[in-house]
Amino acid sequence: MSSFALAVRDSSTMLRRNLLHARRYPSLTLNLLLTPVMLLLLFVYVFGNAMSGGAGRAAYVAYLVPGILMMTIGSTVIGTAVSMATDMNEGIVARFRTMAIHRGSVLFGRVIGSVLQSVLSVVLVGAVGVAVGFRSHDATLLEWLAAFGLLVLVALALTWIAVGMGLGSPNAEAASNSALPLIVLPLISSAFVPLHSMPGWFQPIAQYQPFTPAIETLRGLLLGTPIGNNWWIALAWCATLTVLGYAWSRSQFDRESE
Amino acid sequence: MTGLAIAAQGLRKSYGDKTVLDGVDLSVPEGTVFALLGPNGAGKTTAVKILSTLVRAGRGSGPIRIGGHDLAADPQAVRAAIGVTGQFSAVDGLITGEENMLLMADLHHLPKAEGRRVAADLLARFDLTEAAKKPASTYSGGMKRRLDIAMTLVGDPRIIFLDEPTTGLDPRSRHGMWQIIRELVTGGVTVFLTTQYLDEADELADRIAVLHNGVIAAEGTAEQLKRLVPGGHVRLRFTDPAAYRSAADALPEGARDDESLTLLVPSDGSQRALRSVLDRLDAAGVEAESLTVHTPDLDDVFFALTGAPAVPHQSTPSAPSTAPAVAAGSAEEAAR
Repeated sequence: MSSFALAVRDSSTMLRRNLLHARRYPSLTLNLLLTPVMLLLLFVYVFGNAMSGGAGRAAYVAYLVPGILMMTIGSTVIGTAVSMATDMNEGIVARFRTMAIHRGSVLFGRVIGSVLQSVLSVVLVGAVGVAVGFRSHDATLLEWLAAFGLLVLVALALTWIAVGMGLGSPNAEAASNSALPLIVLPLISSAFVPLHSMPGWFQPIAQYQPFTPAIETLRGLLLGTPIGNNWWIALAWCATLTVLGYAWSRSQFDRESE
Repeated sequence: MTGLAIAAQGLRKSYGDKTVLDGVDLSVPEGTVFALLGPNGAGKTTAVKILSTLVRAGRGSGPIRIGGHDLAADPQAVRAAIGVTGQFSAVDGLITGEENMLLMADLHHLPKAEGRRVAADLLARFDLTEAAKKPASTYSGGMKRRLDIAMTLVGDPRIIFLDEPTTGLDPRSRHGMWQIIRELVTGGVTVFLTTQYLDEADELADRIAVLHNGVIAAEGTAEQLKRLVPGGHVRLRFTDPAAYRSAADALPEGARDDESLTLLVPSDGSQRALRSVLDRLDAAGVEAESLTVHTPDLDDVFFALTGAPAVPHQSTPSAPSTAPAVAAGSAEEAAR
């Protein structure tokens, strides 16, 4: 079997294993969705009036949902970091390493599974968004496809980072802690309030961190707000994080075990 | 072909400045059971990890050939030839026993139907058919270990590494595991096992190597190793100091332990030797509080080689903690 065919075959076996886990224990995935859904409901129904500055609930829902969707990805991949760390602690990965399988397949299967899970999570949380009144009136099919592509790229980038975090953590708890930035970063992005309402010294931090450009781009695609240079900053972040996350994960995984 | 399933020369490994393996030579003929014996931390697991491609051999190690393949040059070929069951359970607890087996079948690239057949056969052989549809995390220690070995066998490996296969198992599961290992060898498989239980090595292995401080302290069959240490002894315990002194005078060849009023008389454990000791005690008119016959076993070899405690021992540190405080595997008879 060629090396490529081996990679595809073994990665899809690993993917099936991870999807089986997700299907067998849906509560693990659903728990991770609680944070974004809770924040969505909290900000719409409790803080909504204060946050929207009088612009009305519908307008604030429209503003909020794209940020919540990005946050959903950050939240979902925390699960990836945790299950990667769990896997490494169980003997099962050591077993995989002693088998004549494609070496990267353990990671590839994990990443593909996590991206699929992220997309599913975004759809679920998006449905909640629609239920509380989110509507995209004038997005074209092309804009919808671009929005979908952006979500997949963000999921891919954050997943590789999360896999690296999982591999670098001694146990599941540590992985969950080290993945915390993935849920904190959206909180200090333009997800909840516009950048110009933040203190001046903080605006550059919020503006150039990975989540804000991705959120602004998604907003622009779905709602027609100006995107500016956010789209290429978002893509650059995705590419950088994917490459770094991949290299970091691979070097940790291939490192001699103790 | 060399006829050797495993051949390693000058295996070395250190972590930082701690040397774990310091030049270990191993050669295991095809179709035999080889036991690497040693206390905790002797480097047994490190040796298995190196031989099973998990960890690179240290600087200065000689060549390693597994199943005829050079481990450094072609680790994938080695991986295709071996099966490994590590010390800690390597099953996926979140999925069922059957799913674990099918996962292995897929990773061995077996066709679907064949994979299902192999999985079902092995589950039946390891008495797991009933539990096949339950998550592996709900299995008992013994069941997990059986599933672990069953998973290892999916690819029909010719060389199997078992790292402490019975550690933590209850006596019944332990004997079950021994039976499994014997069946494997009947099928022509080469087994490399590590253990800290001397009786286990005695029971299963064609050849035994004692690993101590990173080197092989001794190697041979169980019989050869037993010949390395002095013979057995009769242990006489007294409560009356006067009787103890008379007995010591009557049996001057015995080693005295004045503290515990115990006398160790060298003996081969035969009826004749025993009678002679008893006759001399009778002649001296003393009666021992208790008498124990100890024949040499691997424990003695082990302690002689690794320099651990003295000969008079009631319980062997090598016995599993579940065993009662009687020397497992050694022929001890208590008499009044």
